[in-house]
Amino acid sequence: MLTNQYRRLAMLGCLLLGAAAGRANAETLTLYSAQHEQMVNSLTEAFTKQTGIKVRVHTGEAPEIANQIAKEGNASPADVYFTENSPELTLLDKKGLLAKVTPATLAQVPAKYSAADGGWVGVLAREDVLAFNPGMVKESQLPASLLDLAGPDWKGRVAIAPSDADFLPLVNAVAVLKGKPAALAWLKGLRENAQIFDDDEGVVAAVDRGSVAVGVINSYYWARLRTEEGPAKLHSQIHHFANADVGGLINVSGAAVLKSSQRQAAAQRFVAFLVSKPVQDALGKGNVDFEYPLAAGVAPNPLLKPFDQLQPPALSMQDLGDDQDAARLLRQAGLI
Amino acid sequence: MRRATRPPPGLLLAAAAAAVLVLLPLAQTVFQAVQVDLADAEDLLWRPLVGQLLVNTLGLVLATTLVSAVLGTACAWLVERTRLPGRRAWAVLAAVPLAIPPFITSYAWVSLSADLQDFAGALLVVTSAYYPLVYLPVAAALRGMDPALEETGRSLGLGPCGCFLRIVLPQLRPALLGGMLLVALNVLVEFGAFTLLRFRTFTTELYAEYRIGFDGPGAALLAVVLLALCLTFLALEHMVRGHARYARIGRGTRRRATPLALGRARLPVLTGFAALVVATLGVPLGMILYWLTQHGEAAVSPASVSAENLFDATLASVWLGLAGAAVTVALALPLGFLVARHEGRLIAVLERTAYLAQGVPGIVVALALISLTIGTPLYQSAALLVGAYAILFLPLALVSVRAALAQAQPVLEDVGRSLGLGWAAVAWRVLLPLAGPGLGAAAALVFVSVVTELTVTLLLAPIGTQTLATQVWSDTSTLAFASAAPYAALMAGLSLVSTWLLARRFGASGLFTG
Repeated sequence: MLTNQYRRLAMLGCLLLGAAAGRANAETLTLYSAQHEQMVNSLTEAFTKQTGIKVRVHTGEAPEIANQIAKEGNASPADVYFTENSPELTLLDKKGLLAKVTPATLAQVPAKYSAADGGWVGVLAREDVLAFNPGMVKESQLPASLLDLAGPDWKGRVAIAPSDADFLPLVNAVAVLKGKPAALAWLKGLRENAQIFDDDEGVVAAVDRGSVAVGVINSYYWARLRTEEGPAKLHSQIHHFANADVGGLINVSGAAVLKSSQRQAAAQRFVAFLVSKPVQDALGKGNVDFEYPLAAGVAPNPLLKPFDQLQPPALSMQDLGDDQDAARLLRQAGLI
Repeated sequence: MRRATRPPPGLLLAAAAAAVLVLLPLAQTVFQAVQVDLADAEDLLWRPLVGQLLVNTLGLVLATTLVSAVLGTACAWLVERTRLPGRRAWAVLAAVPLAIPPFITSYAWVSLSADLQDFAGALLVVTSAYYPLVYLPVAAALRGMDPALEETGRSLGLGPCGCFLRIVLPQLRPALLGGMLLVALNVLVEFGAFTLLRFRTFTTELYAEYRIGFDGPGAALLAVVLLALCLTFLALEHMVRGHARYARIGRGTRRRATPLALGRARLPVLTGFAALVVATLGVPLGMILYWLTQHGEAAVSPASVSAENLFDATLASVWLGLAGAAVTVALALPLGFLVARHEGRLIAVLERTAYLAQGVPGIVVALALISLTIGTPLYQSAALLVGAYAILFLPLALVSVRAALAQAQPVLEDVGRSLGLGWAAVAWRVLLPLAGPGLGAAAALVFVSVVTELTVTLLLAPIGTQTLATQVWSDTSTLAFASAAPYAALMAGLSLVSTWLLARRFGASGLFTG
């Protein structure tokens, strides 16, 4: 009896050990993501189906994750970082934490949307816009420049989300184009004028329900709200800043392989997958993501203004910097 | 029975380990803050934001505490001292909101009207979540009060109001003040509810700094200010509770006071109770049910709803709840045993230290543990998360564990020893059967708290682990209310059912007031 029980136990033990060993063999990538969960989940599922490589995802806000990777250093469990804006990647690249993306992957995307040194590749782009509620402000009264929103006319009528990762590149852009003192004065004006939200979702929802006249967002969030509510129920529109005004900034969402990754080949494969034609096509056609696919010849979601008609300010990814100045300015202005 | 004999050193060591665990995040936070040089610290502490946060936080703490005091006392008095129709049902309904996590209440109200995202909205949400913390102890105090005093007062010519103000209220003071301070403490450390309400307090700002990659000196100083506020309230609560113990000695006869007829006030009072139940239970549960019937667009739902996702999240919540309960109770046992059976200054210090955890906000614990473990194998592990739960809920477990062990007669252990059992056998065959139900209650309380916990789970959950709380969070923070509903319903259901089972077994007031 007893020996029988022990034998069974031993067999169970072997089975468990075998299962554990089998699990360790199947390759699993660790993805740190600051992109929208719903999109990333569908991408990782498709990647696993195609390659058999599993992906586990850690999601957070972009600067938070960049800071986390910097602190983790060589011990970081992350293999790939896929994020919403370029400054986080620039920061990690400067710290020497990123491996070079393979040239074939970089070639999929126009060179100006990736790191000059090949540390990361641009995957998708979003346009900064002003959401407005036509019931509260006429289109003709909308400001020509983002900087006008700091003026006394807009007191209490504008919404921003200064702790959303999408706001930092805008601050960077203003600081680079107009100088830091002007950027600080602009932020202090906004602090007087603005209703503060946690994220762009909150800003666009507030504009849509008429709590505030205008709000600074990425066009992504308006398209997303339109899809959720349906065009009939939507009460807001978007205003594109023209004439290369800083307000019309284009944010690039990029991906990089961590230098510390033990799974370089699989990680490179995932990054290549993100910019591959079928995936980019699917992103442009689907109704889950509302960003411009950056691979050549891929059409974006029809809700978005055609990419070649945008009039962004003349700033390179390098000009946009790494968010550190922006965060300092936000703090000096009392916004965070 | 407490003895002055020397406690076994092994037990002391185990109890000291629990106290050290509690001190760890506190020490780390203070250590980070003192590293900031003085000029920087001055700049960081005197920036306008800190002033605004102080005004927001303290204003809300004050308002919530006062409204809860009035509401909780009024409910308790009406239930315990008047001929309120259906008083037993109202007595339960007034306590139930405590089993619904405040960030679920917040989600419900915000999804009903986004105009609530201001001070008034925050006041509404946290008051309806926390007023039972006043109601329960005050109701218990009213029940335990000797009615003879009130009757003497009435016979000497005091009206109902005079009697309440001059005789009842002074006796209620310890229970009332204790409850109010608990409300204040809970509001100070609340995070999830305020984030959804977009009401900025110290906790939400700490999270904002963390999100923006600024968890350095600025965050450490904010954390220290918040910690100082919390510990002040905790110390006050301790002082009040100390007095309460004396006030409860000698209850006189244990009978219910003659209830007052409500007369013409009956209808308004009933309407008031109904409105309260609608606001505190009807809206949260009703909104969840409403959103359950709505369809969430895939485009806007970070945590989409599928049977598999729901199952995984429930499993993760339950698993973490069980692990958290086991570890926390195990941690509380040696200390609880020492406090119940031995006396001494060292033991008192260890006990006080463990109770400090009540005043340490989850977000401070989480941020401190991250910076302590980064680069070690504990980082991003389930063990770390469970350890964080153990720190947060040690006081909760300790109260029940200590009471359970104190009720087990030491003489029975002595009998066991004299009959030749070793200490392990005594613990297993004598102590466990005697104290078992109480320990079970402690474990169940921790289980419910872990399942409904958000902040620490959000920051420390291992990669790929999603719980019911984090799924509700991902959906609600992007306003995907419909997709959040099934997760919220499961979480509220788990919490309500566990609390109901507990209350049936141990009595509601004993549960929450400790």
